[in-house]
Amino acid sequence: MLKLIGVRRGLPHEVGLGLLTLLLLALVTIAFPRFLVIDNLKSLVDDTALLIMLAVGEMFVLLTRGVDLSVAANAALTGMVVALFNAHYPGAGILPVLVIAIVMGAALGLFNGLLVWKVRIPSIVVTLGTLSVYRGCVYLVSGGAWVNSGQMSPFFLSFVRFPILGISVLSWIGLLVAVLAWLFLRYTVSGRNLYAAGNNPNAAGYAGIDVGRMQCLAFVLSGAIAGLAGYLWVARFAVAYTDVASGFELQVIAACVIGGVSITGGVGGVVGVVIGGLFLGIIKNALPVVGISPFFQMAVSGFVITVAVILNAGSYRKNHGRKILERAEASS
Amino acid sequence: MSEPILSLAGVTKSFAGVRALVKGEIDLYPGEVTALIGENGAGKSTLVKILTGVHHADGGDIRFNGEPVHIGSADNAGRLGISAIHQEAVVFDDLSVAENIFVTDRPRKRGMVDWATMRERARVILAELDPRIDPRMPMRQLSVAQKHLVQIARALSNEARIVIMDEPTAALSHREVEELFTIVRRLKAEGRAILFISHKFEEIFDVADRFAVFRDGAAVGQGLIRDVSRDQLIAMMVGRSVDQIFPKTTVPIGEELFRVEGLSRGEEFADVSFGLKRGEILGVYGLVGAGRSEVMQAIFGLTRADHGEINLEGRRLTIKAPEDAIGAGIAYVPEDRQIQGGILRFPITSNIALPSLSHLSHKGFMRRSDERALAEDYVTQLQIKTSGVSQRLEELSGGNQQKVVIAKWLATNPRVLIMDEPTKGIDVGAKTAVYRLMGEMVAQGLGIIMVSSELPEVMGMADRILVMRRGRLRATFTRAEATPESIVKAATDA
Amino acid sequence: MSTLSSSVPTRRTTSKPFTWRRLLRWETLLGLVVIADFLLNTKLSPYFLSPWTLSDASFNFTERAIMALPMALLIIAGEIDISVGSTMAMASVLMGLVAKAGFGTPMVCVTGIVVGVFAGGINGVLVTVFRVPSIVATIGTLSLFRGIAYAVIGDGVLKSYKPDFAYFGQGYVWGPVSFELVLFAALAIVFAIVLHTTVIGRRIFAIGANPVAARLSGIRVDAYKFWIFVLLGAVSGLASVLLTSRLGSTRPSIATGWELEVITMVILGGISIDGGQGSILGVVLSALLIGLVTFGLSLLNVPGIVLAIVTGGLLIGVVALSSIVGYSGRRRRH
Repeated sequence: MLKLIGVRRGLPHEVGLGLLTLLLLALVTIAFPRFLVIDNLKSLVDDTALLIMLAVGEMFVLLTRGVDLSVAANAALTGMVVALFNAHYPGAGILPVLVIAIVMGAALGLFNGLLVWKVRIPSIVVTLGTLSVYRGCVYLVSGGAWVNSGQMSPFFLSFVRFPILGISVLSWIGLLVAVLAWLFLRYTVSGRNLYAAGNNPNAAGYAGIDVGRMQCLAFVLSGAIAGLAGYLWVARFAVAYTDVASGFELQVIAACVIGGVSITGGVGGVVGVVIGGLFLGIIKNALPVVGISPFFQMAVSGFVITVAVILNAGSYRKNHGRKILERAEASS
Repeated sequence: MSEPILSLAGVTKSFAGVRALVKGEIDLYPGEVTALIGENGAGKSTLVKILTGVHHADGGDIRFNGEPVHIGSADNAGRLGISAIHQEAVVFDDLSVAENIFVTDRPRKRGMVDWATMRERARVILAELDPRIDPRMPMRQLSVAQKHLVQIARALSNEARIVIMDEPTAALSHREVEELFTIVRRLKAEGRAILFISHKFEEIFDVADRFAVFRDGAAVGQGLIRDVSRDQLIAMMVGRSVDQIFPKTTVPIGEELFRVEGLSRGEEFADVSFGLKRGEILGVYGLVGAGRSEVMQAIFGLTRADHGEINLEGRRLTIKAPEDAIGAGIAYVPEDRQIQGGILRFPITSNIALPSLSHLSHKGFMRRSDERALAEDYVTQLQIKTSGVSQRLEELSGGNQQKVVIAKWLATNPRVLIMDEPTKGIDVGAKTAVYRLMGEMVAQGLGIIMVSSELPEVMGMADRILVMRRGRLRATFTRAEATPESIVKAATDA
Repeated sequence: MSTLSSSVPTRRTTSKPFTWRRLLRWETLLGLVVIADFLLNTKLSPYFLSPWTLSDASFNFTERAIMALPMALLIIAGEIDISVGSTMAMASVLMGLVAKAGFGTPMVCVTGIVVGVFAGGINGVLVTVFRVPSIVATIGTLSLFRGIAYAVIGDGVLKSYKPDFAYFGQGYVWGPVSFELVLFAALAIVFAIVLHTTVIGRRIFAIGANPVAARLSGIRVDAYKFWIFVLLGAVSGLASVLLTSRLGSTRPSIATGWELEVITMVILGGISIDGGQGSILGVVLSALLIGLVTFGLSLLNVPGIVLAIVTGGLLIGVVALSSIVGYSGRRRRH
C-alpha cells in the first residue's frame, strides 16, 4: 500500500514573514503615529526599492547555489560610469543612460558567470575577487574624484524622482523589476530551470538542464539589475564616488535570507525577498522615528539578521528532516 | 517477430583509461520487457547513462529502428523517446509534482509556461497511476514509491517509446512492487519497449520477456527468458559457481560477545534486541528503509537511542559519540565508502591512520614512520593493489578502496565489526576478497554484524540472519533454516 | 563510475606524499612571484633595501597576516568567517572604554582578546549548534558586531590609552625588527607546526576534506570547528590590540572590509575554499606578496584602492590558473 502523504502543511514562509512585517509596522505606528505619514512612507519605499532590486538579483544567484558578493561594487562602478557619461554628454537623454547601466551591469555579471561556469571557480571566490576589482575600477575611471549633483543634468537627477501616482519612478522601477522577476521565474522555461538546477543539480543534468549555464544566466541577471540599481542609486543620492554602496552586498544577502531564500539553492521566491527587503527597510527607517540613535541601527539590524538566519536554518532543518550523515554536496 | 526498436552493438566507454564498457550489446523490442542483469560494476549504469545521453559512447553502433543514431545529450535521448526511471528517484524535491513530470518539456502558451494545462495533463496521467498524488504537491511529500510513479508519469508524458527502469523496486514493499508491475505490463501492452534492471530473479522471471546479461563490461548472453533458468542466469552473471563467490569458512563460534537490548529511537526503529557471538557473522537483512543502518548508527554513537542498552563482553557501554564506540572496540564500515568511509583526497596512509591517530602520535605529534609502517602492513595483509601507500584513495579501484576502509577499522583493534553493505558497488573478484577477509577476521575471534540488501550475500556468508521490516526485528534464521522465500517474506509485508 | 578495475593496473604516481607535491607547485610559484616583486621594488626605489624601509613595509600587512593564520585553519576545516573585521572593531571599542575607565595596559589587552573569544564563540555556536551555514551566520554577526561598536561610541573617538600601550603596534624588539613582525613570525611557526605535524592538524584537514568520514572516524567535528572559531576570534582580538595600539585611537569604522582582505590572503595562499587543502607556508608567502605589492605601489604613489584591483585580480587569476591546470586531474575519475 502506498504510503498516505502527509496532510499537515505549514504556512508558507512568506505569510509568516509578511504578518511579522505588518506587526512591526503596526507596533511602530501605534507608538509613533507620525511614522505612517506619507512623506515618511515615500522615503521608506524609495530607500527599500534599491535594496529590493539588488536582493532580487542576488536571489537568482542564490537559487543556483552560488553567491554574488560583487553586486554593490557592480552598482558603484556602473553608477560612476553613467554619471561620467552624463557629465560628458549632458544632452544625451535618459535612454542611453539606462541602456549603458543595464548592459554594463550585465557584462560585469557575465564576467562573474563565465568564471563560475567555464573556469569552475567557486562563486564566492570569484565575486570576492571581482568585488575588489570592480571597486578599484571605480577609482580608476573617476580618478578618485566625486561626481556631484552640479555635474549631473537635470533629467539625470529628476528621472528617478518624477512622481507617478504619487510614487517616484525609482519605486516604480523597483516594483517593475520585482514583477518581471516574478513573471520570469514563474512563467519562463529558463526561470523554472534556474530552480531545477539549484534544487538538484544531479537531476537537472539528467533532465538536460546545463547547470553551469543556469549559474551564468543568474549572474548576468544579477549584474544587469545591479547596473540599473547603480544608476538609480547615484541619481537618488545625487553623487557618485568610489565608496558608493560599500558593504551593501551583505544587506542584500541578508534580505534574501530573511525572505526565505535558501543559501543551499533551489528554494525561495520574489515575494519573500520583497517582504524581506521591506522588513529590513522598516527597521532601518523606524529606528530614528522611535528615537533610537542612528548609531544603533546597524546593531539592531545585525541582531535581526542573526535571529532570522537562526530561524531560517531551523525551519530548513524541520523541512528536510534531521540528517545525521549529510551527504557532501555533489560537485556539479 | 518484430524488429528491435533500439539496438546496441559493440558499444565501448572508458573513464580515465579504465574500461567501464567493453562490449555493450543489447536489443530492445517494442511491447517487450528486457531484463538487464549483471553484478555491480558490470557496466549496467554506464549503459543507462549512454542511453539517456549523460555520457557519450567512445565507440560502437547504436541503431534506432535500424537507423544509426547518436544520443550524446539528454535532449536527444528525449527526442528519440527514451525516458529513464532512476534508482534513487532523481527528482526535484522542492518543485511540484506536475513540474517534475514535465521538467524536460513544460507545456507552454505563447512562450509562457502554462501551469493550468500542466496540472491538468499531470492529473490525467496520474489518475491512472495513483490518484492520491496531487499535481500541486511538492515532491518532498511523496513516498519513494510515489516518486517512482512520478518518474513513470514523466516517461508517459513524453510519449516515451523506450522506458528504462534502473532497479525501481529496490526500496519498495511487496505490495508496491505488485502495483508497479501492473503499470509495467500496461506500458508493455501499449507497445513500449522496457529495459528493466534488477537484482531480484523472482521479479525478472515475473515481468521480463527477454534478458541480457553483462559481466565485467561486456554482454555475455541475450535471449528469451522462457528459454533460461535461474541458475543459468547466475552462472552467466558471475562466470563462476556460487561456492567460489562465497568462500564461507567454518569457524568455531564462541561465547556471546556483544548484546543489544531493547534499542529504540523515535520513528526509526523500536525494541531491537540481539546478541553476537565471538567468531560469528550476523547478517541483517531488510529492504531499504527498514531501519537497519539506523540501528547500526545508534550502536556506533552517530545518533542517540531513546531507550535500550548495549553490552560488550558483559559490560554495559555508554556510547554518546563514535569516539566512545571506537574506544570500546566497535568499528563501523559504512555503506557509502566514498562519502562516509574514506577521504578520497587523502593518501592511503592518512586514511588508515585516521581513527587511530592517538596511537600513532607522541605527545600530540604525528609519528609518520609508524603511520607509514601501519599502512604498509595492511596493504600487504589485505593485498591492496596500489603503487604505494602514498597513493590517493581516489586513484584506487572500488574494491581496493573498500579494503582500505576495512583496514582503517581493523587498525583500531575492534572486537565487534559492523559492516554496512560491505560489497556494494565492487566487482566479483573484490567481493570474494572481502568475504575471505571476513572469514579471517572471525577466525581471530571478532564478531561481525553484516547489514546487507543482497540476499545471496546474506545467505552465503551469515551464520545467523536477522530480518528487519519497518524499524522492527521480524525474524531470526539460522544458516540451516534460511530459505530465500522465508527471508523475503519476513522482509516484505506479511 | 567504473568499478571493474581491480584487475586493471592503477595509475602510477610519484611516491612523494601528495601534500608535498602540491606544496611544491603552489608555494614555489608564490615564492617566485614574491622574489620578483621584491626585485621590482628594489628597482623602483633606492631606499627600499634599507632595513627601516622594509620594517615600515611590514606594518602594511602584519595585522591582517596574523588573522590569516587562524582563518586558514577555519577554511581548511570547511567553514568561513566574514565577521572578523567587525570583531576587531567591537574589541577595539571595548578596549577604548576600559582604557577610559582608567585601567592599565594589561587589562586593555586582555579585554581585546576576551571580546574576540566571545565573538568567535557566538559564531561557533551559530554554526555548530544552530547549524547555520557559516557564511550566512557570519554575515549576520558582521552587522551585529560592527553595529555594537557604532552603538557604543557613535561617531566618537576613544583615545585615552596609556603611553606604554603604543608598544604593541609601534614598538621594536630589536633594531628595526618590529614587535608585530616578531609576533607574526612566531605565530606562523606555531600554526605551521600545529597544522602540519600534529594530530590536531591532521584532524583539521580530515574535517575539511570529508566531514562525514571524519565524524565516523571518531573526530569531534563540531568541537573542532567551534574551537577554531574561538581561536580566530581571539586572534582577531589580538589583531585589534595591535591595530588600536598602532593607530593610538579607536573609531567604530576601524578595520572595515578587512575580512575580505584576510580571506583573499588565505585563498591566494593556496588554501582550497572547499576545505581540506593548503599550507601555512603558502599563507605566509601570500601575506608577504600582498605586503610587498602594496608597498611597491605606494612607492609609485598609487593609491590604496588600486591595490584592491591587484589583490582581486591576483585572487581570481591564481585560482583560475590552478583550476585550469588541475582541471583534467580533478575530473578524471568522473
